Amino acid sequence: MAANPASNDIAGAARRLNIGGMPSPPTALLFAALVLVTIVEAASLYTIAVLRDALLQSGVASWLTSALSGLLILASILIALPLTRAFMRWRDVRRAVASNDVVAARSVRSEAQGRGWIVMGYVFAQFIAVLFAQFLLANNQAVAKTFFFVPLMVETFPLVLKAFWINIEIFTVTEILVLVWGLVVALALLAPGTAGKPLRVIAATYVDIFRAIPAVLMIYLVGFGVPLTGVPILKDFSLITFVIVALTLTVGAYVAEIYRAGILSIHWSQAAAARSLGLSYMQTLRFVILPQGIRQIIPPLLNEFIALQKDTALVSVVGVIDSFNQSMLIATNHYNLSVVTTVAVLFIAISVPQSRFVERMMQRDRARLRASG
Amino acid sequence: MAFIEIRGISKSYRDLPVINRLSMSVEEHEVVSIIGPSGSGKSTLLRCINGLETIDHGEILIHGDRITGAGVDVNALRRDIGIVFQGFNLFPHMTVLGNVTLAPIKVLKLSMAAAEDRAMTLLTRFGLAEKAKEYPDRLSGGQQQRVAIVRALAMDPMVLLLDEITSALDPELVSEVLSIVRNLADEGMTMLLATHEMGFAREVSTKVCFLCDGSVYEEGPPEQIFGEPTRERTRAFLRNIRDAKRI
Repeated sequence: MAANPASNDIAGAARRLNIGGMPSPPTALLFAALVLVTIVEAASLYTIAVLRDALLQSGVASWLTSALSGLLILASILIALPLTRAFMRWRDVRRAVASNDVVAARSVRSEAQGRGWIVMGYVFAQFIAVLFAQFLLANNQAVAKTFFFVPLMVETFPLVLKAFWINIEIFTVTEILVLVWGLVVALALLAPGTAGKPLRVIAATYVDIFRAIPAVLMIYLVGFGVPLTGVPILKDFSLITFVIVALTLTVGAYVAEIYRAGILSIHWSQAAAARSLGLSYMQTLRFVILPQGIRQIIPPLLNEFIALQKDTALVSVVGVIDSFNQSMLIATNHYNLSVVTTVAVLFIAISVPQSRFVERMMQRDRARLRASG
Repeated sequence: MAFIEIRGISKSYRDLPVINRLSMSVEEHEVVSIIGPSGSGKSTLLRCINGLETIDHGEILIHGDRITGAGVDVNALRRDIGIVFQGFNLFPHMTVLGNVTLAPIKVLKLSMAAAEDRAMTLLTRFGLAEKAKEYPDRLSGGQQQRVAIVRALAMDPMVLLLDEITSALDPELVSEVLSIVRNLADEGMTMLLATHEMGFAREVSTKVCFLCDGSVYEEGPPEQIFGEPTRERTRAFLRNIRDAKRI
């Protein structure tokens, strides 16, 4: 019969769906999980013991150390919870198999398997945490003391925070300038007709050149170069003004491209509709194309701003006392890099919320797109 | 003197000729249906009339005034020639009211209140008043196309060009759009419509032009073109349409 499938089709009833028979319990997966949990748990307990010694040595009160260790031990054995659940489902599979209930067996097997993989995932995460803790504690906690020496961090925090305001000032002003400058360049890139050609060429050349030059080079050239030329008026601006100009020129080239992509992403039929109603080129751009284009570009624009905010640390090359430069001075004095970590933490603190915001926004846009499509 | 006089216009996209020495004329209050196989230049012809495309040869005159060639103020021209597209092309970031009032405010320099007044009158007339505050993506295709017609009418055009306005619609939504066109025809609005709705073209138009290879192959009153077409390709075209049960 199998040799002639056509006859099966004719017979109709002969062909049966085959999606597997009675499932077997996922024994191998769960025992692998059990072994891994045991290893990682042992490593965790060892690491907690080392950590406890280190804390006691550095003079942390013993009750506090004990409490902390207790909490950590409790947290580390939480992983056994999903494992026990997985094994309970495993037992259910065997029961279902024994009572010859295929549907129930399939469903509990899938649950047991799912829980098994959940355990694997948590084990992996805990393993990474243990490795990181071991790295910090290595060489008599040398790593921890070099990068995370808390007393020094606390002591110098006001100084670093004050210097961080310089970074904030630089990127805030630059962002505002870049929003305007980028749009101007983008409109020049899209200037219509033969008359617009010189403008297009100049704008394209500017974008090519300034996207190619590293930001740190621009800051160096403008920050040191312009005062050196002694050109009247120009040379008298402050150093911060120079670095803002340098960053605006560099980032402006990128932002111009983002604007341009946003404008071009609007289908030409929108322009046709606007022009057919008698709106001029500029009115079409202003009321129809730009409002739609800008919505599209907010996520890439914000990403560019996050990159710009980090690039403000580059201004230290021309001697602006920003947070990074300040932290390097302190680091040299104390022969310890923990202050630089403070700066890193500050940058993380401003960057992460923005990244999340961008993500959420993109998610919302995607959802809306799906809803309307 | 005809209202719109098209004299021997040609238009190519690079090497591809789309319109080839096409001549026709339209009288005031006439409704002219332009039919023909796809690629015969129906849409391009309409887009040439309101200056969305430039022509290579020939000329178009309105009331004897040449509207093609250098130096013509196309923005002014388009104020008086409305066009409605196959794909509606509503502005998705504006409400229905915003779509309809944008051009009257920015081009005709009407006050906001006057423009909204005019828009609401038109929307009410076409059964869209309660949709005024909605965004286009909340409307059905038929509603969107009706809004697009209202948007064109809000400029109080002398002539309305309709470019296959029902081709992108689900079949059950076609009639609500066509009834607006019928309504406008009864009112005496001058219209040129490129269309595949043969039954409607026959009913509503005063003249039908069959386009083929970029020029007018045969034209005449609808009874003649649909009833007893004289030329071979017109017959072949209509035979195909009939075979597909679309007439």
